[in-house]
Amino acid sequence: MQQTLATTPSKPNWIRWATTAVAVVFVILLLAPNVRQMSFNVWLGALAAGLGFGFVAMGVYLSFRVLDFPDLTIDGSFPLGAAICATLIIAGVNPYLALVVSAAGGALAGTATALIATRLRIHSLLASILVTTGLISVNLRIMGRSNTPLLNTDSIFTPFAAPFRRLMLDLGGDTLAKMSNNILAILLFGLLALVLKVCLDWFMRTEIGLAMRATGDNAQMVRALGANTDNMIVLGLAISNGLVGLSGALMAQYQGFADVNMGIGLIIAGLAAVILGETLFHPMHFHAATRAVILGMILYRVAIAAALTILAPLPGGGKFSIEAQDVKLATALLVLVALWFTHIQKRRA
Amino acid sequence: MLRIENLHQIFHQGEVNEVRALRGLNLHMPAGQFVTLIVSNGAGKSTLFNSIAGVHLPTQGRILINGADVSRASEHRRAALIGRVFQNPLMGTAAGMSIAQNLTLALLRGQRHRLRRGVSPAREREFAKLLEPLELGLEKRLDARVALLSGGQRQALTLLMASMTRPKLLLLDEHTAALDPATGEKIMSLTKEIVQSQNLTTLMITHNMHQALTTGDRTLMMDNGQIVLDLTAEEQKDMTVQDLVDMFARVRHKELADDELLLI
Repeated sequence: MQQTLATTPSKPNWIRWATTAVAVVFVILLLAPNVRQMSFNVWLGALAAGLGFGFVAMGVYLSFRVLDFPDLTIDGSFPLGAAICATLIIAGVNPYLALVVSAAGGALAGTATALIATRLRIHSLLASILVTTGLISVNLRIMGRSNTPLLNTDSIFTPFAAPFRRLMLDLGGDTLAKMSNNILAILLFGLLALVLKVCLDWFMRTEIGLAMRATGDNAQMVRALGANTDNMIVLGLAISNGLVGLSGALMAQYQGFADVNMGIGLIIAGLAAVILGETLFHPMHFHAATRAVILGMILYRVAIAAALTILAPLPGGGKFSIEAQDVKLATALLVLVALWFTHIQKRRA
Repeated sequence: MLRIENLHQIFHQGEVNEVRALRGLNLHMPAGQFVTLIVSNGAGKSTLFNSIAGVHLPTQGRILINGADVSRASEHRRAALIGRVFQNPLMGTAAGMSIAQNLTLALLRGQRHRLRRGVSPAREREFAKLLEPLELGLEKRLDARVALLSGGQRQALTLLMASMTRPKLLLLDEHTAALDPATGEKIMSLTKEIVQSQNLTTLMITHNMHQALTTGDRTLMMDNGQIVLDLTAEEQKDMTVQDLVDMFARVRHKELADDELLLI
C-alpha cells in the first residue's frame, strides 16, 4: 500500500515571506519620520482591543474553519451582546452577570441561524443575513435607541480600577497611572480569553467536540457513523455566537458605549484575524489554532493602529494619511488579498 | 437480517426528468450471509445503498433490518445498525483529524456523544490492538492526521471503522475500485477476514465479475432497478465469468426485446 493519495500539505513558504514583507514594511513605516507621534497608550489600547475582539476570532474560526459554515450572524450578535450588556448595566445589574446574559443572547442568535439553515434548508449565508437583519430591530428594541453611553456606571473594571491605579502610580508614577485603564483591560481580557480558550480546547477534545470537528471535515462520514450533523451545527454556532456576544459586551464596557452599528463589517475583521493567525503560525491542532487566531486578532488591531500613524509626504507638498473611516476598506482589501493568495496556492497544489 | 420489500425509488416524480432508479426491488438476506452484487452503470446501485442507509427515503416499499421497519428512519438513526465503506477512500474518514480521533467516532457509532474525553489512553490501547493485525504500522501513528495516509491505508481504516462495532449490516460500495490492483487485492482479503471473523451480514457491490464469483456465498445481479439474477453458493462455484457475461447479455437482451414490443 504505497499508493499516496493524500500527500502532506505543501508548506506555502512564499505566503509566509509575503506576510513577513508586509510586516517589515509596517515596521519601517513605524520607524520612519513620516508618522504621527502616537503615545504608547495607543498601542496598549490596540492590544486590549485585540484581546477583547479575540473571542470574535475564536468564534469565526469555529464557524468558518471547524464547522465549514460561513456564518455572518456575528455582525448582529456582537451589537446584540453589547446592547444587552449596556441595558442591563444601566438597569443596575451586576456587570459580570450582564456578560453571561450577553453571551447567552449571542448563543441564541447563533442557534436561530443554525436552525434556519438546517431545518429549513436555507443557505447558510442567507440564513445568517436574515438573522442579522432581524437583529438590528431587536437591538434597537433592547436599547430603546441607537446608542447607549455607559457613563458613571459600574463595569467589570470598577472593583479593580481604583486600587490598580494606585498600584500603577506607586510603580511608575503619573505616566503609568495614565495607562492603568488599558493595562487593567489587557489583564482582565487576557485572563478571560485564556480561560475560555482552554475551555474551548478541552471541549473540542471531548466526544461531542470530536463529532463537531468531523461534521465540518466530512459530514457524510459523521452521518454514516450515526451522529446528527444538524445538532452539531446548532451547538457549534451557539458557542461561536456566544463568544461573539460576550466580546460585544466586553467591548461595550471597555469603550463606554453600546451602538447598534458597532458590528458592521466585524465578520471581515474576524476573517482577517483568522487568516493572519493561520498564515503566520500554521496551527496543526485546535489548541494551536485558537492561540493563533487570538494572536492574529491582536496583530490585526496593532496593524490598524500602525496604519493610522502613517503620514507620508505627497509630491505636491500635502500629506497622505489613513483615517479611521478608511479602516474598513483597508480591512476588506487585506482579506481580499489574503483570499486571493489562498486561491493561487490551492491552484498550485 | 435485511429484508427489502417492493422497493421503489423515484426521483423528480411527475417532472420531465423523472428517474425511476428502483422498480419494485425485493431482497432477503439471512444473518451472516455475504452477498456480492454485480451492477452495471446507472442500474441504481448507489440508489440502493443510499436507500438502505437512509440517505433518501423510499418512494414506496419497506426496508427491514433485524426485523425492525427502518423505512422512515433518518440516516443517522440507521447508522447504528449499518456500517458503510464507500468507493472513494476520502469519504469514509475525516482527513483533518487523527487516526485515533476517527476511530473514536467509529467506536461511538449509534451511541450518544458525551462531554468526556474522546481519545482516552484506554481507547488508544484498544485501537492499537485493533490496528496491529492490519500490518500497516498504523498502531504507531495514532496521532497522525488521516490526510497523511495513502488511499489504501485510508480504506483499510474505513473498513475497520465500519466493522469495529459489529453492525447488523455491512455495506461495501465498490470499496476496492479506486485502488491500484495490488492494494485492492489486499483490502479484499482484509475484507474477507473481517467479515468471516465477525460473522457480519454483508452486501458488497462490485463491477468485477471474477471478484463477485469468488467472494461471499451468494451473487446477485441488478439491472434497471431490479434484481435480475440470484445465484446460490453452489451455482456460484460452477459459474465462469464468461457464463455470467452471457447471462447478463441475455437478461439485457430480453429487456430490450420487451421494450421493442412496447414500442410497436
